[in-house]
Amino acid sequence: MAAIYSLYIINKSGGLIFYKDYGLAGRMDTNDSLRLASLWHSMHAISMQLSPISGCTGIELLEADTFDLHCFQSLTGTKFFVVSEPGTQHMEHLLKHIYELYTDYVLKNPFYEMEMPIRCELFDINLSQAIQKDRVAYLGR
Amino acid sequence: MQFFGSSEISPSPPLPTASGNNAHMIYVFNRNGVCLLYREWNRPLRTLDSNQDHKLMFGLLFSLKSLTAKMDPSSVEKGNLGVPQLPGQGCSFHSFRTNTYKLSFMESPSGIKIILVTHPKASDLRDSLKYIYNLYVEYVVKNPLYTPGTPIK
Repeated sequence: MAAIYSLYIINKSGGLIFYKDYGLAGRMDTNDSLRLASLWHSMHAISMQLSPISGCTGIELLEADTFDLHCFQSLTGTKFFVVSEPGTQHMEHLLKHIYELYTDYVLKNPFYEMEMPIRCELFDINLSQAIQKDRVAYLGR
Repeated sequence: MQFFGSSEISPSPPLPTASGNNAHMIYVFNRNGVCLLYREWNRPLRTLDSNQDHKLMFGLLFSLKSLTAKMDPSSVEKGNLGVPQLPGQGCSFHSFRTNTYKLSFMESPSGIKIILVTHPKASDLRDSLKYIYNLYVEYVVKNPLYTPGTPIK
């Protein structure tokens, strides 16, 4: 069983720029993943409007019946979210780590155009290593 | 989504986890999106008027439900995104948390939605929501003077 089912990265305007699937259910249709990403972007924005206290930065954790969704928003508005097994801990650390990888291997890549889909080999390699490490740590717990 | 079997009212409400009232507000919607009940205890920030606020809340829940139904990793056949789901159909959610609040959500088989907005550190509130639902069944639905679909008075 995988601890992480999938990872999405969306840019500040809600467009999906990275999607990777680690689960067993198979890859989602491209159109559907794009739609889900922009839906999440708007739900995130609406949740800020409904806050009873000022200073809300949007949904961090969504607990569904069969999965948990952890979301991290960077200061520039790029959102990273992972879909994991219910009750998985320490996802914030993984998301921060993925953000570091993004800054190191995507933003520092001179051929990468901002807000465009991510196609960076080094990012892919380091990301799968990070996910693998997380999975080993998960199995070890 | 799991439906609960017994309709008997719990003998006592779930024990509060911390002292004081940590809840911000409660919403009760019926399946048509009519707000049957709204109470607030602590809401310093208000961005919209109440009618728009209720509509936005119902829309958020509706869309989040279609999002979770589509994202559900345990099933392969999930239908199309945005198609309305019947209560209990598809993968639903029970809570979400932001840095300033936690929203707990319950939907009954008849489509009654109960939403509790609390402090983000609040624990699992599914038992409390069930208790509130039992109160609704006992004292609202069983009241002969109550017309279904109208705000609770």
